[in-house]
Amino acid sequence: MNRSILQLKGISKNYGTLEAIKEIDLNIFEGEFFSIIGPSGCGKTTLLRVLAGFEITDSGSLYIENINMQNVPPNKRPINMVFQSYALFPHMNVLDNVAFGLRVDGVARGEQTQLVKSMLSLVKLSGLENRLPHQLSGGQLQRVALARALIKKPRVLLLDEPLSALDAKLRNEMRQELIRLQKSLGITFILVTHDQQEALSMADRIAVMNDGTIQQVASPSYLYEFPSNKFVADFIGSINFIECQLSEIDGDVFKFITKISKDAFTVEGNKSLRIGQDCWLGIRPEKISFKDSYVVNPHHNKLSGVVTNITYFGQASMYHVEVTGEKTATINVMENHSQRSSYTTNKVGDSVVLCWSTESISVFTS
Amino acid sequence: MKSARNHKLAFWLTFCPPTLWMLIFLLVPILIIGIFSFSAKQGLVDISASWVLDNHIRAFDPVYLSVFFKSIGIAALTTLICFLIGFPVAIGIASAPKSWKPVLLMIVVLPFWVNLLIRTYALIAVFRTRGFFNFSLEWVANLFGIPFEPLTLLYNDAAVILGLVYIHLPFMILPLYAGFEGFNKSLLEAASDLGAQQFKIITAIVLPIMAPSIISGCILVFIPALGSFLTPELLGGPSSQMIANVIERQFLAANDWPFGSALSMMLIYLTFGALALRYFWLRRRNFSSTENKP
Repeated sequence: MNRSILQLKGISKNYGTLEAIKEIDLNIFEGEFFSIIGPSGCGKTTLLRVLAGFEITDSGSLYIENINMQNVPPNKRPINMVFQSYALFPHMNVLDNVAFGLRVDGVARGEQTQLVKSMLSLVKLSGLENRLPHQLSGGQLQRVALARALIKKPRVLLLDEPLSALDAKLRNEMRQELIRLQKSLGITFILVTHDQQEALSMADRIAVMNDGTIQQVASPSYLYEFPSNKFVADFIGSINFIECQLSEIDGDVFKFITKISKDAFTVEGNKSLRIGQDCWLGIRPEKISFKDSYVVNPHHNKLSGVVTNITYFGQASMYHVEVTGEKTATINVMENHSQRSSYTTNKVGDSVVLCWSTESISVFTS
Repeated sequence: MKSARNHKLAFWLTFCPPTLWMLIFLLVPILIIGIFSFSAKQGLVDISASWVLDNHIRAFDPVYLSVFFKSIGIAALTTLICFLIGFPVAIGIASAPKSWKPVLLMIVVLPFWVNLLIRTYALIAVFRTRGFFNFSLEWVANLFGIPFEPLTLLYNDAAVILGLVYIHLPFMILPLYAGFEGFNKSLLEAASDLGAQQFKIITAIVLPIMAPSIISGCILVFIPALGSFLTPELLGGPSSQMIANVIERQFLAANDWPFGSALSMMLIYLTFGALALRYFWLRRRNFSSTENKP
């Protein structure tokens, strides 16, 4: 799993004056399910098209299994792609679509039939060989697109928002299907998506992109719990940002004063910050509790406010708590309903004290 | 909600005028020509509907058959040249920047704003012995000190084909352009991604998907080119007469309306034959390139 299959070094691509991707360095390992995620316009699709060979880069180099791919056209790269709108050939039936890649490679007829047959059964499309694309459902089109790309036995499979055209139930089903295919074939998958749930639930590692640059590359749980900057923290999951100023450093203990209410928070860690620096403390809604709901630990941070709104989800509720002091801020608190009850712990208008452990705080500068 | 009565009124108001138009100015004349073609000439002006096959049989005389074959040949060659020129032009317009497209399309349809007769005379002015084309050649020849003899460019089959291509090119470009506009460009990338070379992409993906547009363009060029009268009349020589010129002579010079009608009917059969081929071919293909979108 640690053998590198794909390496990008300082890849840049401009469209006129627009810098679509800037100096991208990335290392993708053999057999991993990698995901590139970011808001629209962040350059993730451009990056994928660079890998496929559809875009010529302005600088940097791209290696696949240590071979420079800079001047290798798309049809010669050991990479295949599943397109966002599938791009199935409308005049060919399922069999011809899937066999296309083998035919242009001049694979013998008998072998073609054999390979197509086993590929169709792998993606559960046996029996639909003679259907034309317009006679297939969304999920079936998706499977044909997958089969057509996978039959070439690529070293790397690129997937451009492959599930965005499917409805929620089918999407969930295809997620499991993609994971199953990836694990059973052992092919490196690179999935581009704007849907963080998709990336978190499927990928081994995720690269978060913004504004043409990679912000962080990490496993889904590391990304969620230890975001490296404010953008990543905000993009993955939901998070509260509390505006603070660093007032005291005592060894590993940092003391912050919030600009909202002048409450003091302590964070332990090893950070290069200076006194007086403006920071953001990031805390996820589910890591915050109401004071009376458990024993208060002296190391916990506290903040008081009033519940202004409650969003009920069934398994959990999101409380919107307004904290007023010199400034007003809304803190979101997620409470899981682990006990069966027909009412929520707090009601709108209740005064509450929020607390959280110092370990669950992330500190961001700027 | 409007009542059914109102909808009915709207239906008849929109349905009747074009239907009447087609009936009076297309079907009735064809019917009259059809009846004439089975009639016999009596004296100078009288025609009796005697339901004879003589005219149709005479139309298969080798003299007329050879004119038919020549017309089909000229129309086919015109269609082929229009396709070879129109295909890259249509791709060019479809892939041009958005702001350029209306201008380029305007240039394509601009000749329609000028009367056909005037455009044909303009071609004569350009290509006659003392025309602009020969003047230009002479100027270049003088520049290099080469003796120059004006070329005879008009009054032959090549001049007819040139004229027909010039007139009919927009009819090829427009349907091809419409086809390329609707063409899903990611299909080209998909084919390339799967290992196909340029040539294979064109033969296996572009041509089959574009086939309906190509057929439409070819029909739109072939049918009017087959029945063209003015171009061979003005640009052609004595041997480059097409079927419409022969028909005209039957009606006017020879004053033989029944035989002229029989020849016209032959032309109509050919036209309908071409349209029928297109219809059955399109029906056999039960997909369209736009249906591939999820």
